[in-house]
Amino acid sequence: MSSVRVLVGTRKGAFVLTSDGKREKWDVSGPHFAGWELYHLKGSPADPNRIYASQSSGWFGQIIQRSDDGGKTWFQPGTPAGAPKTTPEGMPMGESNKFVYDTSEETGKPLTTHQWYDGTAHPWEFKRVWHLEPSLDDPDVVFAGVEDAALFKSTNGGQTWQELPGLRGHGTGSQWQPGAGGMCLHTIILDGERIFVAISAAGAFRSDDRGATWKPINKGLHSQYIPDPNAEVGHCVHHVAKHPSKSNLLFMQKHWDVMRSDDAGDSWTEISGNLPTDFGFVIDVHAHEPETVYVVPIKSDGEHYPPDGKLRVYRSRSGGNEWEPLTNGLPQSNCYVNVLRDAMAIDSLDSCGVYFGTTGGQVYASADAGDTWNPIVRDLPAVLSVEVQTLT
Amino acid sequence: MPAHLRTLAGVSGDVTLDIEGEVTRRSILDALERQYPMLRGTIREHVSGERRPFLRFFACGEDITHNSPDDPLPQEIASGKEPFYVIGAIAGG
Repeated sequence: MSSVRVLVGTRKGAFVLTSDGKREKWDVSGPHFAGWELYHLKGSPADPNRIYASQSSGWFGQIIQRSDDGGKTWFQPGTPAGAPKTTPEGMPMGESNKFVYDTSEETGKPLTTHQWYDGTAHPWEFKRVWHLEPSLDDPDVVFAGVEDAALFKSTNGGQTWQELPGLRGHGTGSQWQPGAGGMCLHTIILDGERIFVAISAAGAFRSDDRGATWKPINKGLHSQYIPDPNAEVGHCVHHVAKHPSKSNLLFMQKHWDVMRSDDAGDSWTEISGNLPTDFGFVIDVHAHEPETVYVVPIKSDGEHYPPDGKLRVYRSRSGGNEWEPLTNGLPQSNCYVNVLRDAMAIDSLDSCGVYFGTTGGQVYASADAGDTWNPIVRDLPAVLSVEVQTLT
Repeated sequence: MPAHLRTLAGVSGDVTLDIEGEVTRRSILDALERQYPMLRGTIREHVSGERRPFLRFFACGEDITHNSPDDPLPQEIASGKEPFYVIGAIAGG
């Protein structure tokens, strides 16, 4: 029988929520890595028991964790149990936590500064991993989106990491600027030869050659809060979602505005339609209906909570513009939580499941594509990310 | 060490290190990272080797955070009579 495993990253640890395909009764394990910030956890599509996790702390920096048994036990892949503790040269292992920007002459563009909030040049400084995206077909290959924005790749199960420098070096990197949350690469979408990424506050970018070369894909985005509202880069993209079966169809929740692209990001059109506010962070697509999209409207950039204190998921079955509120089982008064950019996920069971987590520590699940909702847990630390694995 | 680092290293209480040569802050941290490689990068940043800003170092009741990492430490530390402290900034209140 099918089952699901929901991976939840929070401000104070990770939690693993499991259920059978009915998604009515849940087992909760955790906190894993208690007391640490878990920005993201994600399982390998090629080996569901392989899960990668980003553990970080303002005190102690970045730790990469890996599980090979579905989240029961974890280890740092650079220092596996029983392995030598030092390299032949006598250097300590622990390379899995080391993210070093590529400034080599060989790759041609040793890019060392981006714009700071005040427009001055600021050196690139690694802070943490925001998002881990395992390869679709090789459990040992995984990509990491980091702050300050860059894309890293591991081909050995997270033991070591190398930057894909073509992204920062393609020409606009020196113009990128952090948003209030930092200059983070938070979205990675893998699709054959193509990779899509999104950076706050630079915009969306696409590679058609597995990450070697890149170009901005922000035409049609309009952002009143930047000096040139139609600039090539500088847009605060909050999240991008894509259905696996549609090569060119993308959906975007921008700082303000919900957008779609039918040409793999070459151009974008607004689909905010009748949403009560088009500010928000999450966006995701139904597993079996590529034109069914979900967002959680948030009041404004200054007020990060649902309008009118009502937590509503909005669903469009027409690819945007026409949206219906989904409220059954969600609090409709005095609710002032936020739903962060990586905190929504979709399972692929026949009756599509939708999940999201809040800064108030609730993780809500719908086993009927959003028609009705139930909290799996109500009182976790603030939720940073939610991913789901559909297991058979 | 702070509790989170003890958890990462899988130890409880104080850590005892064997150090050849002069006992300095650098030689202590080098030995610590050799014995517990999972701590590499958590006290000193991977690339720069700089102390992480929320951490401080104490020896025999004295704050040595801003001393040279190569300054010799007191004999009480070298002999193991007194512990060398890695302290994290207070979280919360």
